[in-house]
Amino acid sequence: MSLMQTFTNGAQGLFKPNSLTPMQKLTLRFVVIGLIYYGVVVIEGMLMRLFEVNPSLALGIEPKQFFAIMTAHPLVGIFGSTYLIVFGAFLFLVPFLMKKPLWSIKLGNWTLWLITIGTFVFWFAGFVSHYSPLYTLYWPLPADFSQFSALGGTFFIVGIAVVMVGTSFFVLNVFKTIVYTPAGWEKQPSGALISSALGISGIKNLFRKKKEEHLVSLPVAAIARGTVDTALNAGIILFTGVLILVYMVAYLLGFDLKHTAVDALLYKNWFWWGLDLIADGMVLIFVAGTWYLLATLITGKKLYMENIARSALLVTLVVSWTVWSHHLMSDQAQPGILKILSGEMVTAFELLTQGLAFFITLATLWSARPLKMSHPLKFLLGGLLGFALAVPAGIMQADLGLNRILHNTQWIVGPHVHVAILIGLTMTLYSAIYFLFPILTNGAKLYSDKLANFHFWAHLLGGIGMGAFMGMAGLKGMLRRTIYFNGEFNTYMILAAISGSLLLLAFLAFFYNIVMSVGLKGVIGIFMPSKLKTADLLPAEE
Amino acid sequence: MIDSNIVLTGQTIAYTFYVLAIMALMGWFAYKVTRVGSGKVVKPAIFYSFVSFLVVIGVSLHIVTHETIPWKPMDLNREEIKADKEFNITMENHEFRLPSSKLTITKNEIVRFNVESKDLTYGFGIFRSDNTMVFQMQVVPGHINDILWQFDHPALYSIRSTEYSGPKGINMIVRDAVEVVE
Repeated sequence: MSLMQTFTNGAQGLFKPNSLTPMQKLTLRFVVIGLIYYGVVVIEGMLMRLFEVNPSLALGIEPKQFFAIMTAHPLVGIFGSTYLIVFGAFLFLVPFLMKKPLWSIKLGNWTLWLITIGTFVFWFAGFVSHYSPLYTLYWPLPADFSQFSALGGTFFIVGIAVVMVGTSFFVLNVFKTIVYTPAGWEKQPSGALISSALGISGIKNLFRKKKEEHLVSLPVAAIARGTVDTALNAGIILFTGVLILVYMVAYLLGFDLKHTAVDALLYKNWFWWGLDLIADGMVLIFVAGTWYLLATLITGKKLYMENIARSALLVTLVVSWTVWSHHLMSDQAQPGILKILSGEMVTAFELLTQGLAFFITLATLWSARPLKMSHPLKFLLGGLLGFALAVPAGIMQADLGLNRILHNTQWIVGPHVHVAILIGLTMTLYSAIYFLFPILTNGAKLYSDKLANFHFWAHLLGGIGMGAFMGMAGLKGMLRRTIYFNGEFNTYMILAAISGSLLLLAFLAFFYNIVMSVGLKGVIGIFMPSKLKTADLLPAEE
Repeated sequence: MIDSNIVLTGQTIAYTFYVLAIMALMGWFAYKVTRVGSGKVVKPAIFYSFVSFLVVIGVSLHIVTHETIPWKPMDLNREEIKADKEFNITMENHEFRLPSSKLTITKNEIVRFNVESKDLTYGFGIFRSDNTMVFQMQVVPGHINDILWQFDHPALYSIRSTEYSGPKGINMIVRDAVEVVE
C-alpha cells in the first residue's frame, strides 16, 4: 500500500469502522478526543517551557497569557485528557469484566460530550479573557475582579461545572452497571455486589469464620473505589464553583460582595480536601487497579497476594480522605496536629499503599517469565517506574522540615507532579491503549512498531529529564508560579525545554502511528453512528 | 542553626542515589522478565520484608528530620519561644509594607516575622543573593502568619512573595531588604 492509501484506509486496510459496536465506538471516541486534548496540553506545556527559558521565545505571549495557559494546562490535562481516556476505558471495562452490557450507552455519550464541551468552554474562556487564578483557586483570587474579567471567569467556572456534571453521569453509570439486572437475566444481588465493590464484604470477612467470596473482580473493585473519590471530588468542585459564581454574578449585577465572608484558610482546607481526592485518591486507586488488570492480562496468571491488594485499595481510599493537610504545611495558621497527623503520617501511608501495588504487579509479572517485551508490557514498566520515582519525592516534600524549603518551588511540579502524571499515569494509560487497541478495533494492526518504540523511549526520557531539570532548579530556589526575566535559571530551563520537546515528538509519533493504523476514513468512521444495533461490547463472532 | 542549603544538599544526594538505584532495578527487571524463569511465585517472606521496610522508611523519615532539621521543632513550638527581635510586615495590593527600608538582624538572633495580608493569599520567602531560598511560608488573609528563624550567615537577603497572587504579583520582590550582621 502507498503511504497515501495507508493514511486514508489504515494499515493494510484492516480497520473497518462499520464492524464496530456502539460500545466500541463510544470507547474509541473517548480515547480519540482525550488524545487530542493531550496534544493541546503538550503544546501548552512547550509554550510555557519556552517562556521559562526566555519570554520572547514563546510566540509573543504576555505574562497574563502565560498564567492563563498555566491555569488551563493542568485542568485540560486532567479533565479533557485523563478523565476522557480513563472514563472511556472504564465504561468499557466494567461491563466487560462484569460480563454484562453497560447500564446506559446514552448516558455514556452524555459523559463524553459534556466533558468535551465543558473542557473547550473553560479553555476558550481562559484563552480569550486570560482568567488565571490557577487550578488552586486560592481565595479570594478567583473573585479578584481588579485582575480578572468577571464575565470570562463566569464562562470558565461554568465550563468546569459542565465537566463535573458529565463526571457525575460517569459515576452513576459505573455503579448502576455493577448492580443492575439486564433484561431477561436472573435478578442480580445488587446489595451484595455494591458491598463487594466497595470492600464492605471484605471488611466483614475479617471477622467471619466462613469467608464470603468476592462477587466483583479486583479491577472492578478498584474502579468502584476510585469512582467514590471521583464523585466526592465532583461535589467539592461544584460547591466551590457555585460559591465563586455567586461572587461573579453579583459583581456583574453591580453588587460587590465582601471577600472576608469566606474564610480563606477554611476554603483552602475544603478545596484541597477535594483536589486530593483526585491526586491522592482516584489516580492512585485507578492506576493500581489498571496495573493489576494489565499484569493479569499480560501474564494470564492470578494476581500475586490478591487479598492484600484488595485491602490496600480500601486503605488507599481512606487515606485519600485524610491526607489533604500535606498541601498546607507552610500555612502557619493550620493546626500543628493536622500538619503532623494528616500531612506527615497519613501521607507516609501512600509510600506503603503504592509500594504494595508496585511490588504485587512486579511479582505477578515475575511469576510468568519469560514474557515478550510487548508494547503494553514496556509501557506498564514505565508507569511503575514513574510512580516509584514520584511517590518518594512527594513523601519528602510532605515533611514539615523539608516543606519549608521546597514548597512552591519547581521541585513540587517537576520530580513529583510531572513525573507522576507523565511517566506514572500516562505511561500506564498508554499501556492500556496499546493493549486494548486490537480489541476495540476488531483486530486492526499497529502501523509501525518502530514508531511505538520511539514513542516509548522519547516519552520516558523526555518525562524523566524534564522532571529532573525542573527539580534541580527547584532545589536552587526557583519558584513554580512566577516569571524570571533575567535568565536566573536558564541552564535548567533550557535542558527542561529540550526534554519537553522529546515529549512532544513522542506524542506526534504516537498520534501519527494511530492515525496511520486506522486511517483517516477510520477516524471519521469512529464518529459516525454504529450500524450494529446491539448493547453487546464486541460484535458477535461469525 | 544549620543552613537550609546544607539540608537541600543532603536531600539531593539521597534522592539522586535512590533514583539511580530504582532505575537500575527496573532495567534489571525488564531484562530478566524476558528470560526463562523458575515459574515459582515470589516468597511471601520477601513481600512482608518489603512492607516492613516501607513502614520503617515512612516513619523514620519524619523522626530523622525532626532531630536534624532545627527549624522543624522550632516551628512546631514557636508559640512558646521568645524571639530576640520581631518584624511586623503587611502585604496589600501586591506590595510589601516593611517596618523600615532595611531589616537589620544580628547573626544567631532568633527573629519572628509576623506577616499580615490585607487582601489576597500571598507567600513570604527570604532568598539569598544567588536566588536560593532560605525559607518561605504562606500568607493567608484573615489569619496570623508568623515564622521564627535564626540566621547564621552575615549577608544581604531579598524578600519575595512565593505564592501566586495573579499576574500583578510577579514583581513582588524587595531586593536586599534583610541584612544580617555579625
